[in-house]
This record gives sequence, structure tokens and C-alpha cells, in this order.
Amino acid sequence: MTCKEFVDFMMTYLDGELPEAERARFEAHLKDCTCCLHFMETYRQAVAMGKKCHNCEEDGQTLSSNVPEHLIQAILAARRRPTPD
Amino acid sequence: MAPVATNLPAESGAAGDWKIDQPGFAQRLRAGEGAAFELLVREQTPRLMAVIGRLLGQDSDTSDALQDTFMRIFQNIEQFAGEARLSTWIHRIAVNSALMKLRKQSRRDEVSIDQLLPAFDGHGKLRYEHLSPWKSPETVTDLVLRREMKQQVRRQIDRLPENYRTVLILRDIEELDTEETARLLEIQPGAVKTRLHRARLALRALLEPLLQGDEP
Repeated sequence: MTCKEFVDFMMTYLDGELPEAERARFEAHLKDCTCCLHFMETYRQAVAMGKKCHNCEEDGQTLSSNVPEHLIQAILAARRRPTPD
Repeated sequence: MAPVATNLPAESGAAGDWKIDQPGFAQRLRAGEGAAFELLVREQTPRLMAVIGRLLGQDSDTSDALQDTFMRIFQNIEQFAGEARLSTWIHRIAVNSALMKLRKQSRRDEVSIDQLLPAFDGHGKLRYEHLSPWKSPETVTDLVLRREMKQQVRRQIDRLPENYRTVLILRDIEELDTEETARLLEIQPGAVKTRLHRARLALRALLEPLLQGDEP
């Protein structure tokens, strides 16, 4: 397996979806190529950082004290208005 | 306007302990109860603003897409089948409204994807120089818990080309599955997987200085 194939298969491997034959070739390359080993670890870390940079609950809580009342009132008023046919 | 999804997986979407998910709440909305609508708007506005903001990018104006989201909820509440949580259903409507707004928005300052993908020599050998050992998972977690670091990572995500940034946010942050992401973006599931992998590779390149110990 070349480094290029390795990189192409990386996400599928990390998701545990690489078929067995390919997985064996992938892991053999991983054992022999420190470059790809390092590359995959930094890929994995970048994915983890991307996932953690937004905490959905925390984002909502941060905003909860900053929602302008006029926006809430505009939304509620829009519901009360009859919709055009 | 894209149709509102009615067949969502029951447990998809970020879980929360919302009043709107209590039994009978959707029925109060269907019956047109004003107090129920007000509770819905007050409880869900911060969360939906956050969802829309993540998709439109930092410092974006979320109010148009937010108002569109609630209009669609009000107009389509009869279609809510109750198979998913109400909070999951309205999360999808907010994502859809944000995506529609995104399509109309002018393009941001973004980096070409080709500059961010790994390079190989003629034999398929990776051209990559790693200068230091990678950080431990604990170090990465500690780093990203710091507020200023979160901002830096978000800024790098915002630099991704739009097609890739959107897929990364829907899959890795909003936690939608491949099929639902494909449906919302009107592309094939295989294209979602390809874009996600390329988006992650590009993000890796953008975060590399940070992962190597320098600032991005």
C-alpha cells in the first residue's frame, strides 16, 4: 500500500469500516511508515479538536442571556399575523 | 422551500432536557395555544441561534434564518409526526433555514482545498515533515477546553471552502448522520463521505501549527 492509498483509506479505517483484507494492508503500512503514523495521529487530533471546539449546550447557554426581547416579540407577532395565500 | 422532514430517527440530534419534549406539548402547539408557542420561542431561541450561527460562521447575523425557522415551525407543526423528539425536528428545520441562507450569502474569504490536502511524490509517498512528536489526547482535550483555543479552532474551520465546511459542521458538530446530511445538501451519501474526509484533512493542515505546538 502506498502513502496515498493509506491517506485515502484513513477515515474508513478510523470508522472501523475498512474490509478485512484492506485493513491488514493498511496496518502493515502503518507499522512501516512513521510518516503516515504521525500524519494519522495529527488527523485524529484535528478531528477531535474540531468536534470539541463547539459545545452545543454551552453555545446555547452563552446566548441565552443575550437574546434581544424585540427579536422574541417579532417572532411571536409574525405567528399572529395571517399568512398570505 | 425544501420540505420539512417528518421521518427523523427517534434519537438523532443533540439531547437536551427541554420542556418542549414533554408529552402533550406538540399537541398544545397544534391546538394553537399561544402560551405554548411563547414557551417554544423563549426556550429554543438561544439554542437555534447557536445552531444557525455555527453554520453561517462566526459573527454572522442569525436573525433572518431564526425568524424563517420559527415561521416554518408554525406553518408545519401539523406535519410533526411525533416519531422523533420535537427538539430534534426543529433542529433540522433550523439547519435547513441556515443552509438556505448560506446559499444566498456571498462567499467568504476561504482557502483553496487543494492547498490544504496532503501532497505525494510520483511513487505515492507522502510529502510530510513532522517536526515533533504528536501531543497526547489529554493535551489536545486540555487545549481545546481553553476559550481562546476554541476561538482559534473555529476561525480555522471558517477558513475551509464552503462545501467542505458545511459537511464538517453537519457531521462532526451537529452530529447528523451521512444520509441525513446528504438529504439536506441534496448530494449523494458517497459525496458526503468524500467531502468529510477532505474537510478533515484540510482542517488537519490548518491546525498543524497548533498540533505541533505553535499557534495557527
